[in-house]
Parts: sequence; C-alpha cells; structure tokens
Amino acid sequence: MSEGAAQATVPVLDGWFTTDSAAPHLIGSQCASCGTYYFPKLISGYCRNPDCDGETFESVELSRTGKVWSFTNACYKPPEPYIAADPFVPYAIAAVELEKEKMMVLGQVVEGVGIESLKAGMEMELVLETVPDATLPEGKLTWKWKPVEGAGA
Amino acid sequence: MSGEIAILGVGMHPWGKWGRNFAEYGVAAARAALKDSGVKWRDVRFISGGGTVRNGYPGYVAGATIAQALGWQGAEVNTSYAACASGSQALAAARAKILSGEVDVALVVGADTTPKGFLAPAKGERPDDPDWVRFRVGITNPTYFALYARRRMEIYGDTQDDFALVKVKNAEQGFTNPYARYRKKFTAEDVAASAMVADPLRLMDVCATSDGGAALIVSSLEYARKIGRGDAVRIAAISTVTPSFASSVIEMPDLATDSAVAVAPTQFRSALPRKAYEQAGIGPKDVSVAEVYDLSTALELDWIEDCLLCERGEAAALTRAGQTRIGGRIPVNPSGGLACFGEAVPAQALAQVCELTWQLRGEAGDRQIEGAKVGITANQGLFGHGSSVIVVR
Repeated sequence: MSEGAAQATVPVLDGWFTTDSAAPHLIGSQCASCGTYYFPKLISGYCRNPDCDGETFESVELSRTGKVWSFTNACYKPPEPYIAADPFVPYAIAAVELEKEKMMVLGQVVEGVGIESLKAGMEMELVLETVPDATLPEGKLTWKWKPVEGAGA
Repeated sequence: MSGEIAILGVGMHPWGKWGRNFAEYGVAAARAALKDSGVKWRDVRFISGGGTVRNGYPGYVAGATIAQALGWQGAEVNTSYAACASGSQALAAARAKILSGEVDVALVVGADTTPKGFLAPAKGERPDDPDWVRFRVGITNPTYFALYARRRMEIYGDTQDDFALVKVKNAEQGFTNPYARYRKKFTAEDVAASAMVADPLRLMDVCATSDGGAALIVSSLEYARKIGRGDAVRIAAISTVTPSFASSVIEMPDLATDSAVAVAPTQFRSALPRKAYEQAGIGPKDVSVAEVYDLSTALELDWIEDCLLCERGEAAALTRAGQTRIGGRIPVNPSGGLACFGEAVPAQALAQVCELTWQLRGEAGDRQIEGAKVGITANQGLFGHGSSVIVVR
C-alpha cells in the first residue's frame, strides 16, 4: 500500500477472509463428520470426501502460517477480471502448504518480495494487502503470503 | 482385446491463426479422414464432436454443425465438452456406440478457433465461479505450469536449460510436420532470450493458442475386416478419469487443493495413464512413442514420469541424454507437440491420436519412429478433465 492512500477496507471477495489486519485468517469450512477442510467455504452443503455423508459444516479460520510448496511470478499483465495497476507491476505468487489442514492455498506474495527471496519449505504467514480496483482508488483487500521474519527454507 | 476399435482414417487441418469459422477446420479434417479411410460419408452412422465454446452459439453443437456442413445424412450425433479432453471424450462416446453394437462406423472430430493471448473467463462479476475468482486475484494459466516447473527445480534440481531442451527437441521434431503451426528450429539461446512469462517459464516455454482441426474415422474390428482393413491400427484404451479425493496438487482453476486430513493424498496426472495401461492390459515398457501435453516445456517432463516412462525425477536426465528424441529409447512428441501446434482445445487430444496412427502405420515421413507398435497420449484440462489414449498396431 502506498503512503498517504486512503486505507482500503473493502475485501475483493466477501466472506473469504477476516479483515483484522494484525492477524487475518482465510475463512474455510470443516466437515463435522470426517474433519475435511474446505477453502473457499463449501457451499453445496455436502462433503466432497466420497466416503463421507457429512452435511454439517463449521465455519473455521484456517492456519495463518504454512510452508512454500512452490512459487512463481506474473510478469505479464493478467486479463480481466484482474484489474492491473498502470503501469503493471509484476508480483510473485506462492502455493503454501498448511500443515494442520493438509492442504495447499495459492496467493500473491506481498509487494516488494520477489521470487529471488523465496524457496520451497520457507515459512510464510498470511497478511492483507490490496489489489487494484476499477472504482476504488485505494484498491480492495486481498490475502497475500509474506515470508515469516527470519524464515529460511 | 475385445474392447478394441479400429482407426480407419485420420485427418487434420493445419494449425495456425487462420481467422475462419471452426466448422471449416472441422470439415477439412473430417473430409481428410474420410478420404484416408475409404469410407463413404453416408456409411458413417455416428458423428461425435469435441465441443468448442469460443465461436458463438454454433460452437456448442459442434457435432451437428460439422454434420450439416458435410451434408445431413441422418446419422446419430453427439457433442462432448471436456476442456482439453473434449476430443478424447468424443472418441470415448464413439467407442461406446461401436462396442455396444449400435453402429459400425463413426466420425470423431474436434475443431476450434482461439483468441490471442491469455485464455480468460467470460465477462461479468461471478464470485461463485472458481475460474473467475482465480483471475480476479491474479492467477493465470501459466501460473500453474510455472508452479509445477519451479517445484521440479526445487525438488529434483532441474534447470531452465533442461526445460529449454524440450523446446529445442520438439521444434526440431515438428520442423517437417505439414500440420504444425510453427516450423522453425530454435536453439537454447533463443529460448533463454525470450521474455519471462511466469518464472521459470519464458514465452518459448509456454505453448501458444491456435486454430486447428483433427478427425478420425473409427469402426468395429469386424467392420474393418469386412472392408479389407483388418490390419488397421487399433485403439486399446481411452482413459478419461477424474482426479481422486484428496487431490494433492493444485489444479486449474482452483485456489486450494483438497484437504488430506481424512483421506490420503493422491496425484491426478498419473491416474490418467495408469487407467489406460490397465484397460489396454499393457505396461509402460511396451510403449514405443508418446504424445503428451507440453502446455509448458517443464510439463512434458512431468508427463514422461506420470506416464511411467521413467522413474519420478528422472525425466530431465532422460531428455538430456537424448532418449526422448526420435531415435531415442522413448521418443516424446514426435509431432512437435503443442510447442509446434499450439492449443486448439477440442482438436488437440484427437491430433495426438492422428500422430500416433501415422507413426504406427509407418507414414510419419521425416519424423518416423522405426518399428513403432504402441503409442500413448496424455493431456489435461480445466475442472478435473484429462485423458490418455493407447493406440496399438
């Protein structure tokens, strides 16, 4: 976020993450029968584990930290519905494994951290930052991955 | 094997950016396949089209659109949409009709026009559509290919030079293929000099989008014998399985994998050829040639391992040793692959089968693999679609 810009408060997707900037969480759901987690939240009401008949789900906050499975960056401006800053600023992307949930979640990496700073196995934490928006000059909030201070692979 | 069907004819329209209606490519490919088969159009009793969705309304009814263009003759018709596996699903529909005894001979056809640049979702605000959502947060198709490529570098020590070798090999193999869009030899330096798209993949590591068409005439073995084609190349397996929960590698267009808390993690890509081998009753050691989906150069290496053609992590070494070239132990993408063709979504899975047919007939010209007897294809598309086909002589 650039200095002086109005503080972004509108999430890019409603109900996908908590907006407490100090310790944000992705919001998923968990099957009460088999324990399987879902992100985004399961909307069908039926567990996707083929051996589970579960129809009861709890809304849960997913782990805020995980380990890099792999990473890349976007050097070319993505097409709509991505709304890119002009001029386009490339960003890094990481797939992060959450240990407790035994799942992987994709997200952009925070501004200023390029692929040269990333490594498989590195510990990352979830933070909130903005992506550009067509109507809000301050952008909209989204989840991003940030290397944990002092984290090594 | 009792589950086999014969390939009586194959045909393609050259890949490229021709700017014409998809039906033109489909009709050209179908007419070429008919001519190759010696079967009369009126004798074809089932038309199975791979659906296209990028050319307006007629695209949704590809089977009937192409049947009309060839001349209505009252055959049964079908259209299959399954992203990159559309052609294989259309082929599977034809096989089912033939094996059930309902029809003797069928036309399977796929054709498409493709816009320039990134494939992107339809317009509108659709937060309940995972394909829309991932683009909204900036995750394009090359992102996924790059994550797989970077993973190879991190785990197996593959390098960008290894990936470039795949492009150099495929460009050389497709150089004389009359149906390929790009017929130009490239060097590793050319690849290294191309712009970075999604690190570690450069523009020349990622396949282009193209227009194109491919078609097959397939029949029962009995019909093939009846018309004096008992020696025709046969399809021994068509696998179009979905992933199995808990699918542990992130697949387009999802932003997260399945959670493996309750069920052990599984790998999707390798499930496709495994099912095909099981169906055909043969193993990877029997394979003489493979046509796999090189959406990126690095992905070809993943597929070589997923098709069990070498141990996990050894595909780069195999490629470096020249063993995946024509003349090597297991030639991969002798057609030139997507590196030379680009993507024409509903046609590509059929184009792979066309190439294997030419290879197994010994009609592949400068790119012929000596003594090819068994070929396997592999491909993968959006939303858990993929396929693997085994062709035998």
